[in-house]
Amino acid sequence: MTVNIPKVTHTTQSIKAKKQSAVVTFFSNLLRSWTGMVGFLIMILLLFISIFGQWIVPYDPLLADFGKKLLPPMTDGHLLGTDQLGRDIFSRIILGARVSVIIGLTTVLIAGTFGTIVGIISGYFRGWVDVILMRIVDVQLSFPFILLVLVINAIIGSGLRNIIISLAIGGWVIFARVIRSEVLALREKEFITACVATGVTRIGILFKHILPNLFTPIIILSSLQIGTYIIAEASVSFLGFGVQPPEPAWGNMLNEGKDYIFSSWWLITFPGIAIMITALGVNLFGDWLRDTLDPELKGE
Amino acid sequence: MIRLSGDPTALFLPPDAPREQIEEYREKLGFNRPIYVQYGDFMVNAVQGDFGQSLRSREDALPLVLDRLPATFQLAISALVLSLLISIPLGVLSAFRRNSIFDRIAVAFTVLGQAVPSFWLGLLLIYFFAAQLNMLPSGGAGSITHLILPMVTLAAYSVARFTRFTRSTMLDVLRKDYIRTAKASGVPTLRLIGRYALKNSLIPIITLVALDLGTLLGGAVITEVVFAWPGIGRLLMQSLMNRDFPIVLAGVFIIALIYAVINFIADVLYAYVNPQIRVK
Repeated sequence: MTVNIPKVTHTTQSIKAKKQSAVVTFFSNLLRSWTGMVGFLIMILLLFISIFGQWIVPYDPLLADFGKKLLPPMTDGHLLGTDQLGRDIFSRIILGARVSVIIGLTTVLIAGTFGTIVGIISGYFRGWVDVILMRIVDVQLSFPFILLVLVINAIIGSGLRNIIISLAIGGWVIFARVIRSEVLALREKEFITACVATGVTRIGILFKHILPNLFTPIIILSSLQIGTYIIAEASVSFLGFGVQPPEPAWGNMLNEGKDYIFSSWWLITFPGIAIMITALGVNLFGDWLRDTLDPELKGE
Repeated sequence: MIRLSGDPTALFLPPDAPREQIEEYREKLGFNRPIYVQYGDFMVNAVQGDFGQSLRSREDALPLVLDRLPATFQLAISALVLSLLISIPLGVLSAFRRNSIFDRIAVAFTVLGQAVPSFWLGLLLIYFFAAQLNMLPSGGAGSITHLILPMVTLAAYSVARFTRFTRSTMLDVLRKDYIRTAKASGVPTLRLIGRYALKNSLIPIITLVALDLGTLLGGAVITEVVFAWPGIGRLLMQSLMNRDFPIVLAGVFIIALIYAVINFIADVLYAYVNPQIRVK
């Protein structure tokens, strides 16, 4: 008895048509949900600011001018006022966006890649490797994320590169966990059994059939984690680790501003609003993405 | 760990200390032995609850941390109680009156609440209630008025998360057949919610609360720093700043232990709420 496996071939044209329709579906879905749209627009704006920020800023964000220190907003051409060294707050917030975006994206890339690899190894090959890897994950999950990031950052030192490393070390476990359970669920699916029955090699199954099906959970998890990383970086920088002054980051601006809380409200107000809008945008977009790509999870 | 950020002997002595004095100190504190001997010693002692002495004050690390525990508990538990008191009724009501104005406002509030970093909320509260209105103290501890601002700060994120989760769990439960049957047979609304719907959504809620307590403890660290609350978190931060790693290790260990105990309690609670689990 021979088994006929239907061979699916795409002509270049049909792939192109499919891609185009995917983009069209994406936007028509997005237009239907105003929260998703708002999130998407905030993210686009953020990307734009972080790429072109240095040409938009009205002042040099590092230039101190003691004659103009602690000016309230809307005075002397300073839209959001100046800080304790007379630096323009609006310019510093604009350049701070870049720090947040770089940290959010790089961390999710590193933590996501590493966590996904561990999750796949653990879920697909099982056995003692799985046991050891998941014990490590369990142990790490018993420490609060933010505390772990803080301690690691204090040990390896501050700075942009080190905060990314700290966040990635703290963040990979969640990817490992989720991807492992996805792989475990996929393994039991009928089409995988069919592959095994028809003699596809283990590596073939992994790359051709498991990996493509992991794309959706990875995208969803990544988009939801970026917000967590951005807020965590702001918290760590606020506590005096992470990104160091004079480099503008929203967290360390709040840290510097808190000493002037009784006299100058604008120092602690605007960087916080920037963090809030960013986190709001990323979360709204992530929620929408999850609801659209994985309707089963909706509303959780 | 202690060795990771350079020679700890440097913390005790002035930078221009003579070479012999440095060696003498190393000898005395045991830092001249091979790293693996130090590590082995540390592990053996740590398991017995001995994390060594503070590099600064020469006091034992663990008692220093345990001294701060009640303050952290007071803050974390009051924040937890506050957030449960607000979020469960809010979530239930929101699910029960789905798509009403109330529901929409509640949902918007939860989305916003998850985006606000807790330390910034703390700063804003200090600005309004301490700096502007002069109603509440901006930091420290001692009286109930000191507790209010940190408690609200810490609770805010949990309120948002728990409300959202209670709402979605309730929505799931309300769709079930037995709820429809109960409704059809004329069970009064309050009884329907309390006895049938809420009880069945408790397990996922307990799970989330137990898992989120880690976040709550992490948040407590930051909140304590913002409000100068004398708990473990503030001690940890000061020790991190001073590179006093025995205290950091003891503190992190205690927090992880608390978290593990809480998750154990959650498991026991499941059995209490759902008799089916007891059989397994």
